[in-house]
Amino acid sequence: MQTTPKTLFDKIWERHVVVPESEDTPAVLYIDLHLIHEVTTPQAFTLLREKNLKVRTPEKVLATMDHSTPTVPIGSLKDLEIVSEQGPAQQIRDMIQNCKDFDIELYGFESERRGIVHVIGPELGATQPGKTIVCGDSHTSTHGAFGALAFGIGTTEVAHVLATQCLLQRKPSTLAVNLNGKLNKGVSAKDIILKIIGHIGVDGGTGHVIEYKGNSVASLTLEQRMTICNMSIEAGARAGLFAPDNTTFDYLHGRPMSPKGEEWDRSLEVWRKLHTDVAASYDKEVDIDVSALTPMITYGTNPGMVMPIESEIPDHKGNQSFKKALEYMRFESGKSLLNHPIDVVFIGSCTNSRLSDLRDAAKILEGRKIAKDMRVLIVPGSQSVKAEAEAEGLDRIFIESGAEWRESGCSMCLGMNGDTVGSGKLAVSTSNRNFEGRQGSGSRTILASPKTAAASAITGSVQDPRQFEV
Amino acid sequence: MKKIKTFSAKTVNLPNEDIDTDQIIPARFLTRQTIDGIGECLFADWRFDKSGKPNENFILNQAESINAGILVAGNNFGCGSSREHAAWSLLDYGFRAVVSSSFADIFQNNSLKNGLITIAVDLETHEWLMQHPATELIVDLENTEIILETGKTVSFPIDSFARYCLLNGVDQLGYILSHESEINAYENQKQ
Repeated sequence: MQTTPKTLFDKIWERHVVVPESEDTPAVLYIDLHLIHEVTTPQAFTLLREKNLKVRTPEKVLATMDHSTPTVPIGSLKDLEIVSEQGPAQQIRDMIQNCKDFDIELYGFESERRGIVHVIGPELGATQPGKTIVCGDSHTSTHGAFGALAFGIGTTEVAHVLATQCLLQRKPSTLAVNLNGKLNKGVSAKDIILKIIGHIGVDGGTGHVIEYKGNSVASLTLEQRMTICNMSIEAGARAGLFAPDNTTFDYLHGRPMSPKGEEWDRSLEVWRKLHTDVAASYDKEVDIDVSALTPMITYGTNPGMVMPIESEIPDHKGNQSFKKALEYMRFESGKSLLNHPIDVVFIGSCTNSRLSDLRDAAKILEGRKIAKDMRVLIVPGSQSVKAEAEAEGLDRIFIESGAEWRESGCSMCLGMNGDTVGSGKLAVSTSNRNFEGRQGSGSRTILASPKTAAASAITGSVQDPRQFEV
Repeated sequence: MKKIKTFSAKTVNLPNEDIDTDQIIPARFLTRQTIDGIGECLFADWRFDKSGKPNENFILNQAESINAGILVAGNNFGCGSSREHAAWSLLDYGFRAVVSSSFADIFQNNSLKNGLITIAVDLETHEWLMQHPATELIVDLENTEIILETGKTVSFPIDSFARYCLLNGVDQLGYILSHESEINAYENQKQ
């Protein structure tokens, strides 16, 4: 008997079905790893207390603090209120208490491993191929870089997973994004995903899981794949996926939570089968010529309003939403943004705060000074990334250039932890969302790669990083 | 969970496309301890100016919006962050349904779990609603249709399980817990 050819997504999905989907009911899907943070969990723990429920499998929950957590160093938790407002400070204290009450290990302030939830999961080796991973955070799609089915959920669903280790899910559709060709100098993974979002639109992936394929994939590092998967949600996709390969296995080998010894060998055997069968088909397919890409920047108020850095802002006459976006950004159709003055550069977030991102920025900033009156904030994705960067002396390069170097956290990506761009100010940011006020009330955001952000920091205006790359 | 079957309410239009959850509720309000009264944060940066005064140009601050219970919004409503606070703030403000031509997945999921009905309609109906602000709309969840003031009925898609739970006040967590033996069996077979 012939078996039906399956996609990578199908294979992971099928292995996690506890109760199959029917017309009347969604599937009960088993979750292997539940990542939690301080902002989207309080009401879930309240619900557990109200219903007198325990956390079913605390060992499958990985907890950290990143979103409302300050990135300025504090001596101890006692000093939290010095740098944090009352709301965020209380939320952090509640997180500590909730984890204690429900027996969940927390990578908190005292942990050298604390960091952005989507940075520490992979770093610890908790993110592994074939796993189902959820978190009350839309950028959970990041973990798909390892060939894990990973997606964001709401707080009610966080409570479901805490109590049952399961989630009710309808099976999504599949979309293949074929990436072909080699990245040019000065062009980054961030530019690939920005191009994809611009191409398919901010709702182009709605209801779909994206699998990234094609001949570009083999040469992409794990960190590059994470950047691409991270922003899959910005195209509306449920998740992004890369089939695991030797790059994935090399990354995971020896990590604290990676399988060890014989278990590693057994895992490898299973992981190597996690790929789409040749004859399998997708509900939709899209082709992207990676070799044709140049650095990308956004000009509007969603990540789909994006263009090559050398282009002029397009014109969509009559579209009120488009008009409103340009008014908010104070930009005009037909104009280029090159050399446009900026106020702030932010290098960080779950999209671009890993060691390779910081190296990209440091390469451009080394021996140079940031422009006068510019604020440049560089925030490592985790305390481990911070330590590694400091061991390489990247912190010295940043500080000597005039940038601020911080403790890990979500920082300026979402303006709820004390780090904001400032009302009316314009930032070039390596984060993932350029929504109105995303980086603090009234902030204006141009999304770009760490290279573009670093180049722009030097002149205090939007710059093409290729001029700094020899 | 309160049962929801049929209700009627006045609409208010917000034609912008791709309204993201950061607009529905900015991140700085996500540190509130409880969701009681969270409706005051709804569309905060559109509803209020920097000094906290209501922005008169914003539709929700205008007379025609008083007592509106259904928000009619542009395409791809609720994109962006997974924050359930978006659904909570719309409900707490007094909205019982949102009509659009499409919704972002996570927002839709969160909404239906809290009793905020997401109604995706065809472009023609969407356009009619945009042309007829402050119209009275009947939402009939049992028959999964809306009834316009003209008497025209328009059906809308909704996940059959979500509909069942809303009609009968079923708690979805209770449903998963009822499958505990299957979850145990799955875990045992995996080990």
